[in-house]
Amino acid sequence: MNDLLNKLSECIEFGKINLASPYPPQMKGQDGADEITRQALEQGVLPQEILTHGLMPGMERIGLKFRENKVFVPQVLMSAKAMSTALVHLKPHFLSGAAKQKGTFIIGTVLGDLHDIGKNLVSMMVEGNGYRVVDLGTDVSSEKFIEAVKENPAAVVGLSALLTTTMVNMEKITREIKEAVPGTFVTIGGAPVNHDFCLKIGADNYSPDPQGVVEYLNSKIA
Amino acid sequence: MKKIIQEINKGKVLVSDGAWGTFLQQKGLKPGDCPEEWNITRPSDVFDIANSYIEAGAHMVETNSFGANYFKLKNYKLEGRVYEINKAAAQISRQAAGADHFVLGSVGPTGKMLIMEEVTESALYDAFKEQSLALEAGGADAIVIETMTDMDEARIAVRAAKENTACAVFCTMTFDKIIGGEFRTMMGISPTEMTQTLVQAGADVIGANCGNGMADMIGIVKEIRKSNAQIPILVHANAGLPQYHEGETSFPETPDDMAANVREIAAAGANIIGGCCGTTPGHIAKVGEVVKNL
Repeated sequence: MNDLLNKLSECIEFGKINLASPYPPQMKGQDGADEITRQALEQGVLPQEILTHGLMPGMERIGLKFRENKVFVPQVLMSAKAMSTALVHLKPHFLSGAAKQKGTFIIGTVLGDLHDIGKNLVSMMVEGNGYRVVDLGTDVSSEKFIEAVKENPAAVVGLSALLTTTMVNMEKITREIKEAVPGTFVTIGGAPVNHDFCLKIGADNYSPDPQGVVEYLNSKIA
Repeated sequence: MKKIIQEINKGKVLVSDGAWGTFLQQKGLKPGDCPEEWNITRPSDVFDIANSYIEAGAHMVETNSFGANYFKLKNYKLEGRVYEINKAAAQISRQAAGADHFVLGSVGPTGKMLIMEEVTESALYDAFKEQSLALEAGGADAIVIETMTDMDEARIAVRAAKENTACAVFCTMTFDKIIGGEFRTMMGISPTEMTQTLVQAGADVIGANCGNGMADMIGIVKEIRKSNAQIPILVHANAGLPQYHEGETSFPETPDDMAANVREIAAAGANIIGGCCGTTPGHIAKVGEVVKNL
């Protein structure tokens, strides 16, 4: 049983989606996250165990390798794909309450910005680390963020921007979220932003990589 | 069409232009507006930008078409006007460049990822073909495929431009310095890997754009040159990384800062030197002064 979860965590770490997937080459012909998650459920492994001891360790390992520049975006995307495949089997258990996610994370690319690669990476990494993610997409206004915060009390909000012209919108959005729902934590990320900018606009956290967002959420929610 | 390459082969270092995006914003482009729509709605503002770089002494000027591919224009419901918008972009820059300067038709990434199966290779090829043909029709001398991070997308774009137009084909990718000091694109591609793949795909000029400023570009150019002794190298460097102050972003490197690195980057093997985000006609004029005295 433990062996199955170890195998699952390796599928996540190396991006092995299912038996048919040729990626990664060294795992060709082996079961992937899809098959192994189903086998685990059939053998009676609790969904919570699968999340905590299968998916999360794999996501953490790929997140750390990404931070250390040992892997790049494509490897993380393949891991995220493997993770989503496994999550499909777990979702009914989250909905029924048989398994619990750690908390809710709301994320979006800010108003005026249509770039979604970084936002998606963070979204997938956070979900794979046991959170429910409300992804508002790109070009998201203060109003949409606020509405989502009101629907999901105690959720942490993540703001993404790629452009130097749209990062300035983070200041207004952060302020308006905090005015509308005092006490809401806001974390920011994206190529042009940094820690200094985070302090200047009154956000609570800046992460240069997705794993940093996970660590921040763990410190605030878990 | 191959005249740029002939100039480089004579041993000349050429000067390219500076930023477009940040310049359009100064002229009133709002976040959420489609920059390339200005080729139709505000052509005289677009002309001003191209013209200011020519007046600053650039040998070549880009076109306002970076995001004018089918996929990006679709965000603005303008995907039916790819040809019109790109042709107009090239015509405007041609008008500024006259017969003596070169026009580089700008082609940026689609934002769609092959690895996530958001797009197929043939759909990418068709989009780059459509854009390149329109830029050529508007008078571009070269197609410059830029800010690429994915090797496959860059290779497909080079092939689409090469196989369907008579333009010279340039391609630059965007590299970051990683832990350990090497350079990689977001997708993990090194300058060496880029060089081998793009030269094989038929690129006439390769190089790097955007990034962290001129100083890092020197290391990137050295790596490209080490991997290929002949291929002409183009650098479009940012004026450093953006800084934020009182609701405004600015770029730290002044025209003099940028010019201070020109001699070294030319010595490292760069054949065409210009700017990316945050650079202005003032930067290009200073680069031109140094290049003249090389």
